[in-house]
Amino acid sequence: MRHTISVLVENKFGVLTRVAGLFSGRGYNIESLSVGETIDPQLSIMTIVTTGDDQIIEQITKQLNKLIDVIKVVDLTEIDHVEREMVLVKVAPKQDDKAEVLRLTEIFRGRVVDSSPRTYTVEITGDEKKIEAFIELMKPFGIKEFVRTGKIAIAREGIKK
Amino acid sequence: MKMLGAQIVIECLKKEGVKHIFGYPGGVVLNIFDYLYDDKDIKLILTRHEQGAVHAADGYARSTGKPGVALVTSGPGATNTVTGIATAYMDSIPIIVFSGQVPTKLIGNDAFQEADIVGITRPCTKHNYLVKDVKDLARIIREAFYIATSGRPGPVLIDLPKDVTSDKTQFVWPEHVSLRGYNPKYEGNKWMIKQAAHAIQKAKRAVIIAGGGVIHSAATKELKELAEYTQIPVIMTLMGLGAFPGTHKLALGMPGMHGSYYANMAIQNSDLLIAVGMRFDDRVTGRINDFAPNAKIIHIDIDPSSIRKNVRVDIPIVGDARRVLKGIINVLKEEKEKNQWEEVRKAWLRQINKWKKEHPLSYEYDENVIKPQFVVEKLYELTKGDAIVATEVGQNQMWAAQFFKLNKPRSWLTSGGLGTMGYGFPAAMGAQVAYPDRTVIDIAGDGSIQMNIQELATCVTYKLPVKVAILNNRYLGMVRQWQELFFKERYSYSHLDTVPDFVKVAEAYGAVGLRAEHPSEVEPVIKEALKVKDKPVFMDFIVDWKEKVFPMVPAGAAIHEMMFGEEKKTKKEQKLRAVK
Repeated sequence: MRHTISVLVENKFGVLTRVAGLFSGRGYNIESLSVGETIDPQLSIMTIVTTGDDQIIEQITKQLNKLIDVIKVVDLTEIDHVEREMVLVKVAPKQDDKAEVLRLTEIFRGRVVDSSPRTYTVEITGDEKKIEAFIELMKPFGIKEFVRTGKIAIAREGIKK
Repeated sequence: MKMLGAQIVIECLKKEGVKHIFGYPGGVVLNIFDYLYDDKDIKLILTRHEQGAVHAADGYARSTGKPGVALVTSGPGATNTVTGIATAYMDSIPIIVFSGQVPTKLIGNDAFQEADIVGITRPCTKHNYLVKDVKDLARIIREAFYIATSGRPGPVLIDLPKDVTSDKTQFVWPEHVSLRGYNPKYEGNKWMIKQAAHAIQKAKRAVIIAGGGVIHSAATKELKELAEYTQIPVIMTLMGLGAFPGTHKLALGMPGMHGSYYANMAIQNSDLLIAVGMRFDDRVTGRINDFAPNAKIIHIDIDPSSIRKNVRVDIPIVGDARRVLKGIINVLKEEKEKNQWEEVRKAWLRQINKWKKEHPLSYEYDENVIKPQFVVEKLYELTKGDAIVATEVGQNQMWAAQFFKLNKPRSWLTSGGLGTMGYGFPAAMGAQVAYPDRTVIDIAGDGSIQMNIQELATCVTYKLPVKVAILNNRYLGMVRQWQELFFKERYSYSHLDTVPDFVKVAEAYGAVGLRAEHPSEVEPVIKEALKVKDKPVFMDFIVDWKEKVFPMVPAGAAIHEMMFGEEKKTKKEQKLRAVK
């Protein structure tokens, strides 16, 4: 099963390597990882998406907790949470399709952040399904490239203990 | 008062109570060595290889319970410590390794003798540091000692760029360590402790497996109390040897691949397994699906990630072995009369005694050729078991584990997890530094001893009378044994064609060299060696090269599917052999 794990860490050099190395050294999978500062600049939050059965996820959580620079590990899959991801898609539609691309962008509440005579670069934010649906819809128009941020997630207030 | 970084390192070590460092100098650590030159409180033992220094610090730590310290230079000096660090990591041994580093401005420039040792050792240290500012130095050293020695102990490396040791700052020793991401849990959950006690009360065929954690947490007294009070027999893993008296009537020796038949049978037939400070290594469990099929498992460990890593656990207790055992004993004493226990265990202990008689640990004595087990037995006998015993890795290690009955904790130095050949001799040297007056023996093979033989020079220099018993069979014996049993006797690259004359090697270094080629010479040689008090001794025992370690659980088999010596082989075991 897929799990979204939120890891609160010290904002120091080398911490990312420790976390990533733990996954590779023990043969666990990282599907996506995103890191950023928190309200306290001495701390960072990593959102890691990984797959494994219950025993593997338990080991991942325990092993992460063992790292000295890791302060807190929360498996968000177990609690109600909000997750978002962003993608930048560079599409190169034919002249006739341009209107359709813009229409779909609007439906997905996206924005065109760059345009050139041949291409639009569209920004879409949402959960994973939405991102993937948009990419699928753009494929027939000719995607030049896209970049995804990886998932970030936060627990919903009130339900979080 | 402002101090140089180098001096701060030394002052911090003094604050931590360090008396001995094992090390090797080089360009970027000369500032520190310069301060050590005049220092009266800290003595540096100059080894002949950085690997030797780290193993020696490890042996020092295992034998004393205090952290061992090593100091090496950058680049090759640092990379040479990796095997030693990984060895300590696998066995949870507290050591602090200081490595020199090129000046901060040169880091990343492929400077002379530069290596990213923090990156290299990240997966084999409990934690590591690169000090970038002399102002952080004292705090980092304090944290390193705290991390290495608390919770589940382990090695910590501190990388010291040259300019950090030559910069000046005010020396402030932090009284407290505060690490928000690190809070080891020592007290076991009270409810779980109660559950464990109740399971013990209900069990008829209970058995304890004690691991290295019992020794780390100094829980030997509590372990003995629990075992004796409840009449539960005790099995010790390779790392746990010495945690419970090996000669005690409740002691069943070691489990697993080369464990005793009765220890393995006790596990397989038990209805309750009490695992204390051990981590169900694959060498202990054999085929995991058939391990202890009928047992409820209580697992006590300070490291939460050890629990449910390899086996299912019914009652997990995260905590310090000593405190948890004490808690269980207290609950038991409140709730049940003592005299009932012997009655409860009668049938179980009788069954175990039957297994003991069926297949005791044994070997066939030969009057013409020296059996390696005979040498170990004689070492045990002539030291009356009162020695610190180090081993190398392979057959020598297993024979030592089987035939040297340890009665005291911290008298057994062996690389259990990593299985490092070349560990024993420098580790013995480290223990001898800590205990100059005790008998320290390294039980070695002719292969392993050659992996760190250069430390003879160190032992001679510092008058360390380490006794090395080389069980010389001219083979990498354990490899040869597997090739004989599972590879149709094709001895591919396991024969050591050229084995040096160990007597002459010893003498060349200024040590004592002795040799025994006949069983009748074994005792005189050991006696002679034990008399030497001021220099190391090599005892070269020319042993039967065909001898194998038995019993044996073949790789992939369940632990009750054991092979015994040739003469005792049953049809089932022959079949097992054929399958391989």
